[in-house]
Amino acid sequence: MQTKEFMNADGVESLVDVMAGKLWSLTNQREIEAPLLVGIRTGGVWLAEMLHAELGLPDPLGTLDISFYRDDFTRIGMNPEVHPSDLPIPVDDRHIILVDDVLHTGRTIRAALNEIFDYGRPASIILATLVDRGGRELPIQPDIVGLKPNLEPGQHITLTGPDPLGLVIGSESNRSSRQSDEES
Amino acid sequence: MSQASQNLQLDKQGRLLHFLTIDGLQREMLTEILDTAEGFTGVSERTVKKVPLCRGKIVANLFFETSTRTRTTFELAAKRLSADVLNLNISASATSKGETLLDTLRNLEAMHVDMFVVRHASSGTAHFIAQHADPGVGVMNAGDGRHAHPTQAMLDMFTIRRHKGDFVGLRVAIVGDILHSRVARSQILALNTLGVTEVRVIAPQTLLPADARSLGVHVYHDLDEGIRDVDVIIMLRLQKERMRGALLPSEHEYFRLFGLTEERLAKADSGAIVMHPGPINRGVEMDSQVADGSKSVILQQVSYGIAVRMAVISMVIGSQNLQLQG
Repeated sequence: MQTKEFMNADGVESLVDVMAGKLWSLTNQREIEAPLLVGIRTGGVWLAEMLHAELGLPDPLGTLDISFYRDDFTRIGMNPEVHPSDLPIPVDDRHIILVDDVLHTGRTIRAALNEIFDYGRPASIILATLVDRGGRELPIQPDIVGLKPNLEPGQHITLTGPDPLGLVIGSESNRSSRQSDEES
Repeated sequence: MSQASQNLQLDKQGRLLHFLTIDGLQREMLTEILDTAEGFTGVSERTVKKVPLCRGKIVANLFFETSTRTRTTFELAAKRLSADVLNLNISASATSKGETLLDTLRNLEAMHVDMFVVRHASSGTAHFIAQHADPGVGVMNAGDGRHAHPTQAMLDMFTIRRHKGDFVGLRVAIVGDILHSRVARSQILALNTLGVTEVRVIAPQTLLPADARSLGVHVYHDLDEGIRDVDVIIMLRLQKERMRGALLPSEHEYFRLFGLTEERLAKADSGAIVMHPGPINRGVEMDSQVADGSKSVILQQVSYGIAVRMAVISMVIGSQNLQLQG
C-alpha cells in the first residue's frame, strides 16, 4: 500500500486549534450554550476528544458507530469491528456538534444524522470536519472545516492515530472495499 | 456431519452464511458474534429501539416445537433490525416430514423470505433446511432435537463475558439433564472453543450421554463436590417431554440430590453467577431463593438474548447478500 505523509501531528493539532476557534465563534454567534459534542468512530472521536478539552464543555463526549446505519450493508455485509454507540446525555432539545475526520461523499454523515434522531430530537446540529476533500454524493455541507486539500483524482486522504495523529495520502488502486468507506 | 455443517455455515471467506451449530466455528468467529452483540446492547435503551440494518428483509419464524422465550426474542431481535417477521406455528405433522418441510419451505420462499428461524424436535432439521434453501436465504437453528441450540449457547457466553470479563481461567459447571439437552451440547462446545479452564458436568448417570467425557468435560455425580470453587453454574431444565422411561425416581428425589440451594451455592466461588436457560422448574432444579437471589443472572440472559440474536441475524443476512453478489 502506497501512502505518504501529508501532515504530521503538530499540523493536525494546529488545525484542531483553528476548528475550536471557529466553533467558539459560531456557537457564540448562534447563542448556543454548552453544546453536546459527538464524535464519529474512529477518527472523529479522536478529534472530538481534543475539541472537547479545548472548548472545556461541561457534558461528557458522545460517540457514534454508524455501522448499523450504513447504506451499503447489503453490499459489504456486517462490519466485524462494530462498537456500541454511546450518547450519555439525552439529545432532546440540545445543540449538537457532530465531529468527523474526513468529509467525502456525505454518506457517513447521513447515517450519523439518522442515528442521532433515533436517540431523540436535537435543537440543532453543527457539522465540523477536519478535512473536506470534496466529492459529495449527497446534499450535505460542513459548518466548520479545518482543511480543504487539492487532491488528484483517485487520491484519498485518511486520518491515522490516535497517537500520533497524522494525515496520509494514498491512491485508489491500493484500496479494498472495506477501507474505501472509511472516509465516505 | 460436523464437517458438512461447517462448510454449509461459512462462505469461502469464513463469513457466517447460516447459524446451525457451534461445532466447527473458530474462537475468532464466536468472539466476533459476542463483539457485534455488544454493539447492539445500547439499542434497547434508546428512544427509537430499532436500527435500519435489515429494512425490507423478511424473517420467518418456523417453530415446529413450542417456545415462548426463544421465539419472542428472535422476533424482537428481527424487529429491532427493522426486518418484517412472519410467525408460523406449525406442529409437526404425521405425514412424511421431508416432503412437508420442503413444501413449506418452497411456499415461503415464493413469498421472498430472507431468513428461516427453525426449531424442530428432530436433530438436523435446520441443517436440512439450510441445504435446500434458495441462495441468499439464511437459516438460524433455534433448537433441533437433542443436537444444538447455538444462539442460546452464545447468549450464555455473552452473559458470562459480561460478568467475568474473560473466559480464560474460568471453571464452569453445567448441572442436570445433559442427556436430553441441546443447550448443554452447544454450551460445552462454545466454552471449550473460547478457552475456559474447565467445564464440569454434574448429573446422575441416567441423565448423561454414554460418551460424556469425549465432549471435553469433567464428570461429577455429586453436586456438592462438583460445584466447589466454580465461577459459573449453569442449571439445566429437566426435559420431561423428551424423557422416555424411568430415568429419575421422582422430582423430589432429584431436587434433594441435584437441586441448587443457597447452602450448596455457598460452596462455589464467592463471585459465582447462576444461569438457567429457562423455563425454570422451581423446587426441582433450584430453590426460588437461588433463582431470585443476588447471584442469579437468569433475567439478564433473556435481555442479552435479544442483542446476541440481532448480531447473528445481521451477520447472516449481510453475508448472504454478499454471496448473492458473487
